[in-house]
Amino acid sequence: MKGLAVTIGLTLSSVFIASIIAIIMAMARCFSKQPIPSLILIYEKVFRGIPLLVIFILIYFGLAQAGFIIDVLIAAVIGLALHSTAYQIQIFRCAINSIPEGQLIAAKSLGMSNLKAMRHIILPQMLRLSIPGWSNEFTIVLKDTSIAIAIGVVDLMRQSRYIIVREPSSALYILLFIALIYFILVFSINRGLSYLEKRYIISGLEVNKAR
Amino acid sequence: MSMLEVKDIHKSYGVCEVLKGISFTMEKHETKVIIGTSGTGKSTLLKCINQLEAPDKGEVWLDGEEITNPSTDINMARQKIGFVFQDFNLFNHLTALKNVSIGLEKVKHIEKEQAREIAIKELQRVGLEKQVNQYPAQLSGGQKQRVGIARALAMDPSIILFDEPTSALDPELIGDVLDVMKSLAGKVAMLIVTHEMGFARNVADEIIFMEGGVIVEKGSPKQMFQNPKMERTKQFLGKISTLYGGE
Repeated sequence: MKGLAVTIGLTLSSVFIASIIAIIMAMARCFSKQPIPSLILIYEKVFRGIPLLVIFILIYFGLAQAGFIIDVLIAAVIGLALHSTAYQIQIFRCAINSIPEGQLIAAKSLGMSNLKAMRHIILPQMLRLSIPGWSNEFTIVLKDTSIAIAIGVVDLMRQSRYIIVREPSSALYILLFIALIYFILVFSINRGLSYLEKRYIISGLEVNKAR
Repeated sequence: MSMLEVKDIHKSYGVCEVLKGISFTMEKHETKVIIGTSGTGKSTLLKCINQLEAPDKGEVWLDGEEITNPSTDINMARQKIGFVFQDFNLFNHLTALKNVSIGLEKVKHIEKEQAREIAIKELQRVGLEKQVNQYPAQLSGGQKQRVGIARALAMDPSIILFDEPTSALDPELIGDVLDVMKSLAGKVAMLIVTHEMGFARNVADEIIFMEGGVIVEKGSPKQMFQNPKMERTKQFLGKISTLYGGE
């Protein structure tokens, strides 16, 4: 069960960190002056182009070689967060783009500064619009945590390996059980987020009536 | 000194010069209507007044303050300039009430409760007391535009700029919006870009006819409709009246 806690902890902390950075970066990418958007674009391209496994190994063993020994868990969180940020920027950017541009102009014409307009007009709508894409990313990160065994994180997956070593004959059942745990986690997260999505839908703008 | 002074405004997009030196003044509580064919820079002129578009050359003065001066706090100046948009631009995630009160709360820093009261009063003024808790997507076009007007009014501006406020509306709904605007005439200065000639004739103190980025002619509605000096004005108004059934 300690492995389960590690998996959940890894997921929550890396998604949380990645979301905050991604929200800021998505806004900067949409609204700030060059060269910031280009720099963010480069970041996106780089971290979406490198497999997560390679990122993990680079951070953990690469940094160790450079003289920085960090805890495997911290390395895992950094790796997951860097990776997920690149994807989440896209999610938030897409949500921002679907807010009519006129609303920002209207906010400015009321005398709002850019910052106020972001906070009171863009952000609340962006968060609502990004829930479906974001819940996708959340579950992907949850499952990606299992890759962290490569650098020695003792998560759900790793613990199952320990047990399998002790009792090789029951390997299939143990792995099935682990798969079930992942499934239950993902399922409940998705249920929770789709509840949020419905709860915070903007009245009159329900697009998914057919669901 | 006039309340609003627009001096020699020039604006280009790339090589295309949209405004070629526009100057006019407005007094307190005056209503002026800008008419002219599409693409002659009428909307751009409005946007240059509240600096949503920065003019390349020229000055805008409001209440003795030069808005075009880079050292002016533009967010302060914009509070005094209401803007009503062709496509409403309401905040979709907020109720009608919140759309009107958000500027009061977040820009003018008025207490929530008081902002609410002002917002309700302004919504009553535009005839939407029943719709206060509805979201923009639940309102008709005419109602949306009236929320837009209430949102501008709530800030207690010196002047409200209207950018074709009825162009996106069904003919049936235009009347409601024009009635609201009529009721404001003489209470707050209004600069209105519109194709509603009947409205222009009845409500405007002065009509400005723009074409090709310049003011061709301006004058009282009576003079403009009955006895325009310029041949081009005559042509334009002639075409418009055939379109709108002999006004």
